[in-house]
Amino acid sequence: MASSSATTPAYSPSIRSLVTVQEADFDIAELQKWLLSGEADEGAITTFTGYVRADKNGGDILYMELEQYPGMTQSSIESIVAHAGERWPLLAARVVHRVGRLYPCDQIVWVGVSSSHRADAFSACEFIMDYLKAEAPLWKKVFNGLGGYWVEAKASDSSRAGRWSSKHGK
Amino acid sequence: MLNIIFFARVKEELGCGGLQLEWSDTLSTLDALQEHLCTRDNGRWGEILTEPNIIRAVNQSVVVGDTPLNANDEVAFFPPVTGG
Repeated sequence: MASSSATTPAYSPSIRSLVTVQEADFDIAELQKWLLSGEADEGAITTFTGYVRADKNGGDILYMELEQYPGMTQSSIESIVAHAGERWPLLAARVVHRVGRLYPCDQIVWVGVSSSHRADAFSACEFIMDYLKAEAPLWKKVFNGLGGYWVEAKASDSSRAGRWSSKHGK
Repeated sequence: MLNIIFFARVKEELGCGGLQLEWSDTLSTLDALQEHLCTRDNGRWGEILTEPNIIRAVNQSVVVGDTPLNANDEVAFFPPVTGG
């Protein structure tokens, strides 16, 4: 991500944005309300919500523990949001990522972006989520009836993020 | 002081969340620090810290390759990320 600053930003990164890393659950309606400023040029909001799946690698999970790097996790996501703001004409962006103990069906992550048009909002939301998965320092440890194991990183996650950089001309 | 921290599986396998070392000429680069850490516990740390996909960060920015270290830098070692 850092190297992409060599290209001139297409848009101002100084959009209204907020990134939170927290243990507490979140209220999607409240987050969506935060995105809306009431300005007339708001035409689209795209959001993504991630949940804990009950069957990770085919076994029933009891819960997972999400570990962060205090400080860096938040600043890493803030940097990703700033890059999205440079690349698409966004009006606002909001990200919440939970840490600590999470149970199946719990909400883990929420990404929301507002823009004048849906295409920019869709792309920016997916871009933020793809880079969050590939770069934000967060680690999942899954606990089932037999004990706990760390989730392995998937190559598909870094390649999903990589798709954007090839288009970005980094 | 160099503030060294470990996360997730790396922290668990080392049995150590972090430590502080006095910055010196022999610990003035990231590679030198890693080599020093690898000798700890009769070399057991080396098996963990030399895994090929380990990520290194200095002052909360991921570093690829070697880099100079300054006194009071924060250096982190962690496995590939799995958030989201």
